[in-house]
Amino acid sequence: MFLIGTNPTEAHPVIGYKMRQAARNGAKMVVCDPRHIDLVDEADYWLRLKPGTDIPLLNGLMHIIIKEGLEDKKFIEERTENYEELKAIVESYTPERVAELTGLSVDDLYAVARLYATTDKAMIFYTLGITEHICGTRNVMSCANLAMLTGHLGRPGTGVCPQRGQNNVQGACDMGALPNVYSGYQAVTVDAAREKHEQAWGASLPNKVGLKIPEMFAAAHDGKVKAMYILGENPVLTDPDANHIRAALEHLEFLVVQELFLTETAQYADVILPAASFAECDGTFSNTERRVQRVRKAIEPIPGQANWQTICQMVTRIGYPMNYDSPKEIWDEMASLSPSMAGINYDRIDQQNSIQWPCPTLEHPGTPVLHVGKFTRGLGSFQPSEHIPPGEMPDAEYPFLLSTGRILQHYNVTTPYSKGISSIWNKEMSELNPVDAEKLGVKTGEQVKVTSRRGEAVTQIKVTDRVLPGVIWMSFHYNATPTNALTSHHLDPITGTGEYKVAAVKIEKL
Amino acid sequence: MKGVMGVELIKLIIDGKEVEAPAGSTVLQAAENAGINIPRLCYDPELSKLGACRLCVVEIEGNRLLPASCVTPVMQGMVVNTESPAVIEARRTILELTIANHPLDCMTCDKMGDCKLAEYAYRYGVKESPFEGEKHDYVIDDSNPFIIRDLNKCILCGACVRACEEMTGADNLSYLNRGFHRKATTAADVPYIDSDCVFCGQCVAVCPTGALTEKTMSGLARRWDIDRVRTTCPFCGTGCNFDLAVKDKKVIGVLSNPDSPVNGRSLCVKGRFGWDYIYNENRLTTPLIKKNGKFEHASWDEAYDLIALKFNEIKDKYGPDSFAALSSARCTNEENFLVQKFSRAVMGTNNVDHCART
Repeated sequence: MFLIGTNPTEAHPVIGYKMRQAARNGAKMVVCDPRHIDLVDEADYWLRLKPGTDIPLLNGLMHIIIKEGLEDKKFIEERTENYEELKAIVESYTPERVAELTGLSVDDLYAVARLYATTDKAMIFYTLGITEHICGTRNVMSCANLAMLTGHLGRPGTGVCPQRGQNNVQGACDMGALPNVYSGYQAVTVDAAREKHEQAWGASLPNKVGLKIPEMFAAAHDGKVKAMYILGENPVLTDPDANHIRAALEHLEFLVVQELFLTETAQYADVILPAASFAECDGTFSNTERRVQRVRKAIEPIPGQANWQTICQMVTRIGYPMNYDSPKEIWDEMASLSPSMAGINYDRIDQQNSIQWPCPTLEHPGTPVLHVGKFTRGLGSFQPSEHIPPGEMPDAEYPFLLSTGRILQHYNVTTPYSKGISSIWNKEMSELNPVDAEKLGVKTGEQVKVTSRRGEAVTQIKVTDRVLPGVIWMSFHYNATPTNALTSHHLDPITGTGEYKVAAVKIEKL
Repeated sequence: MKGVMGVELIKLIIDGKEVEAPAGSTVLQAAENAGINIPRLCYDPELSKLGACRLCVVEIEGNRLLPASCVTPVMQGMVVNTESPAVIEARRTILELTIANHPLDCMTCDKMGDCKLAEYAYRYGVKESPFEGEKHDYVIDDSNPFIIRDLNKCILCGACVRACEEMTGADNLSYLNRGFHRKATTAADVPYIDSDCVFCGQCVAVCPTGALTEKTMSGLARRWDIDRVRTTCPFCGTGCNFDLAVKDKKVIGVLSNPDSPVNGRSLCVKGRFGWDYIYNENRLTTPLIKKNGKFEHASWDEAYDLIALKFNEIKDKYGPDSFAALSSARCTNEENFLVQKFSRAVMGTNNVDHCART
């Protein structure tokens, strides 16, 4: 288990339990994280790298693997391309240079490189610690490079495993709630896919890729996007650079929000439609393993109707009749349009409890392991990267590095509405190293003001050596401490993902 | 004889029935596979074997003692009797000893209907204990919003200790003291709230008696009155399944469902105890329309009319790409499918996204 930028015992607790069990049963574990997360205590190696130096670390491991001849030559030859470019780029990432860039020891780099390369079943796990960087996509590609270099792909117990964040972030992608694809990842720019959907939906469809979230808010800011519909998201609290989001929402001519609560984002709405919770709706969620599972209605919807009914009624009123008897019928329409999920239906899920796509036919058992024998694109392409430092680093004026994440007891901004949970965990406790706490004269429980170039937030401090000196670590769950007022405006240029993991801030005792 | 995967199959006779079981399995497991249910309190298929409660004793021909079937491996030609007079007598004695120091307030116990001890006492007709002696008088720990811990009802099966260590790995529970004073508790015997408890509730899920119960369900329902609705957790992407406990059309708690493909009975504090946000008094129940900067209640029709008017007006005036939709990684597949269909087929734009990259 090679963990990089992931804190499973808090962000995906049950996966964290299983990893802990595996480590205690003898599986080797490497944790790459600047923070002393729980699983460090179970790990064989803890690579406490400096924030934002994942590419140098991964390149450095690959450098050693190639130098020592531990790469999987057969896999590289048969299943990959562009290996020579990878080799050329990692050549300069000598253990000594990587140790300098990352703050790690040369010995640990050698030990981990050898361990990963020579373990038959080695798996890479990553989460937002990899993606929420200006070089997030490059970080992910570097993980894939490491796995391909050693042939750790396409077999059970191997692979590159991104643990998806929200309950249905996988499913929302699968369903085509993305600006470039319909359900089942069929590109809107491909004529055949578009024509199929035009025919099914009786409407002419645009062939131009749409805007990603940060582009939407930028366009709203610039007056190009005038109206928005937001379902069950609270970007004012959860998106980076919150003040920019607020300004963008203010610019809109008309905003509709469908929500459980009058959230910070809903405050900006012109019309709010009350939403039903998971306990009030039938449907499906798809987990991080592409596993489609049922959500079942346990009680009558508190606003009187389920969300799918509200959407259908709204859309019908706008002028497009949208009539379904049940979520099952919606699923069936989606499956009929999506070859990779065509074999999944409610009856099968009820019988088997869950099915993992790709599942192209009703007879297909589903696919637990991807990339067996062949990658989707044919050959796996090595996409090497040079080191890309974070967009903003501490300086004289903003001397601390702010990194953010989730804590065990909360999930984004819903759990604060749980009375039990919020009766215990009700305020932000930002982590600060004892060295810095002493300099600032703050003790656990005391308040500080944290300021970045974009905004400020007041928080309580927890003094702990879980974080390195010079770093403050904050969660974003509490509206009294709007951490994302501070976070960086820098984005990954390919995905538009915000650099939540690195920003420069200053801290003042209150 | 070889079975699947090359594991040797052992033949034995249980209650007169010829049974096959893989080498290394226990008599209890072999019986269970043959449809014979042997009573057990400390045995749990997901936890290490303890062999402590002795309730699963059986008679094995040629063995003078009554071995605990949960820790006795199957042997070729074994002849087992799971309900012989000697076994029944032993079980009755064990149950009498157990309830000698167990409150018999089953009428008001929240676990009634799902209590293993009560189930076996009923099965073997044990109404009271002939053994008299000191009884525990532990203070009930309800220091936290999630779990009520009544150690007076603890039978020291150790399931909670093993679940804490083996399922969650939190290592927050262990045994303290010896003999009559032995207890399964936190380090330094502090209340849960002052311990390193992560409130995953696995201890509650495995407890066979009323020693550990869900606080939210306390006094709200007898176990047999609860409807269980199996569903998928609404928080992180792990995809745990659990049952929503429903009484009188209201969710009163979350119960583990061992058939959950991803998580078995394991959950975290959010999944097991965070569900009550659905009843937060700040839930929106009607559409709201902002008038002069303030939200006012509106009918669904008023809300839809205004939305239709404005969305169509803006689309006509500025073009389809002046509209953008944010769908939700917290909502169902079906809802997300509708939102992208709405954006594309009705508003005429691919400006639809959700927080996939954050």
